[in-house]
Amino acid sequence: MISGSDLTPILTIALLVALNLLLLSLFIGLIRAWLGPGVEDRFSAILLVGTGGVAVLLLLAILLQLEALYDVALVLALLAVVGTVALTQSEKSHD
Amino acid sequence: MTNILAVLAIFSGLFFFLSGSIGLLRLPDIFTRLHALAKADNIGLAFIALGVIMLESDILNNIKIVIIWLLVMAASAISSHLVARHALREHRSDD
Amino acid sequence: MIELLWSVFDLSLVLLLLALAWGTCSTRDVMRAVTLFIAMGLLLAIIWARLKAPDLALAEAVIGAGISGALFLSAIKDYPSTITVSHRTPVLQGLINAFTLALVILMSWAVWHGLNMSDGIRLSDQVVAQAPVSGVSNPVTAVLLNFRAYDTLLELAVVLTAVLTVLTLNDRRYSHVVSSPLLQGMTHWLVPLLVVTSGYLLWVGAHAPGGAFQAGAMLAAAMILLQLAFPSRRQQFSLYLVRFLLVIGIFTFVVVGIWMLLLNDVFLAFDPDWAGTLILIIETMATLSIATALALAYLGGRPMGWEEGARNNSASTENEGAG
Repeated sequence: MISGSDLTPILTIALLVALNLLLLSLFIGLIRAWLGPGVEDRFSAILLVGTGGVAVLLLLAILLQLEALYDVALVLALLAVVGTVALTQSEKSHD
Repeated sequence: MTNILAVLAIFSGLFFFLSGSIGLLRLPDIFTRLHALAKADNIGLAFIALGVIMLESDILNNIKIVIIWLLVMAASAISSHLVARHALREHRSDD
Repeated sequence: MIELLWSVFDLSLVLLLLALAWGTCSTRDVMRAVTLFIAMGLLLAIIWARLKAPDLALAEAVIGAGISGALFLSAIKDYPSTITVSHRTPVLQGLINAFTLALVILMSWAVWHGLNMSDGIRLSDQVVAQAPVSGVSNPVTAVLLNFRAYDTLLELAVVLTAVLTVLTLNDRRYSHVVSSPLLQGMTHWLVPLLVVTSGYLLWVGAHAPGGAFQAGAMLAAAMILLQLAFPSRRQQFSLYLVRFLLVIGIFTFVVVGIWMLLLNDVFLAFDPDWAGTLILIIETMATLSIATALALAYLGGRPMGWEEGARNNSASTENEGAG
């Protein structure tokens, strides 16, 4: 179990700053997904949200003291792959 | 002490995440962008996972985090391979 | 300081979600829309996790991102690449805009009103108090499978009806995209991992976030992955196995309900001693049914062998379906 006594205010602030900066990097990456001239650049959005999402979930698991978020991170990683496979292996992929 | 190390690890991971996203924006080609996405984001995730492992006291959860990290690495490799292959196919059909 | 940082985080999540939703709806390119939709599904899973609802996060990740994305892609196969909006007269457009604006205002007011009503009746405390009696310790599973089990039974029936409709409407479409050997090699370990994770979610649903819907959707995702990685290998389903799996969930549910009716005079009233075991049995069967249903919804049409089997069975009665 995550012991609550570990979560000092300074640690919480540091983790929250890290969380916000992670979201910022997601934002920046998604700009490319929006602009990207090719359809593959849009696919990179899924890769980005998948990996970045796992990182966000790991930090949230510590901040919110929820063990179950590790399971959610596992499932998110698995399903991001399935989504990417579905996109690249589908026939209609012309921009 | 572990808290300070953990925060250091997490912020290092954050640095890689941010540079990966900036690379995603500024690099010229889908293939180069995939490098930024798959590699930089995965190192960032590795550091963040390391930081979370240091903060998390339950050994089973730590094992879960290691599994998540390995899985995301393998999944990112496969996903970026598929996206690159898809891009190559489309470009080849254009020529 | 801490509250401020949390607020920044929440606001950023909301903005990101709105941006993805806007991008999904406003683009004319169908592939772009589906991609952004899948990304939005993943982001929604993160938002549910932020709101401390891991069960919803799991369901959203599996169903919203994986299954829905695959279903959309299967649906747009014969669709034109760009969506053309039919021409609208300015009056009609103005009416649509006004109606949409009114809807937005109404929903914003409702949300604001709901957030500010602090003394509504909250059932969560009662659920948590009653959870030990229900046979499982996860309150969400207790509500789904015990306190409101009838609702879940009807949900399973809805899923079955939807899949039956899909099966009658669609012809089976076969994809011809050449699959990468790396992808095929990946499925060798990814599909078993998906199956094991599905079993884990089913088992852990009793005392931690998880449950039948998440597990079933993961199994369906494994099936979809198999189909995507080996497109030339047309999956051969045993006719009777598919039908059996489709209905086993509802069947078990109803049988248990009737048994409880005979024992306790109320349909689906579990004894506290038996509740845990019964819930596990029901959830296992429901997982199989949901997985089969979602996988069939994606594969579409009648699986191979369906027509031949039906023709063999009814050769004497001349009963030909739409074939």
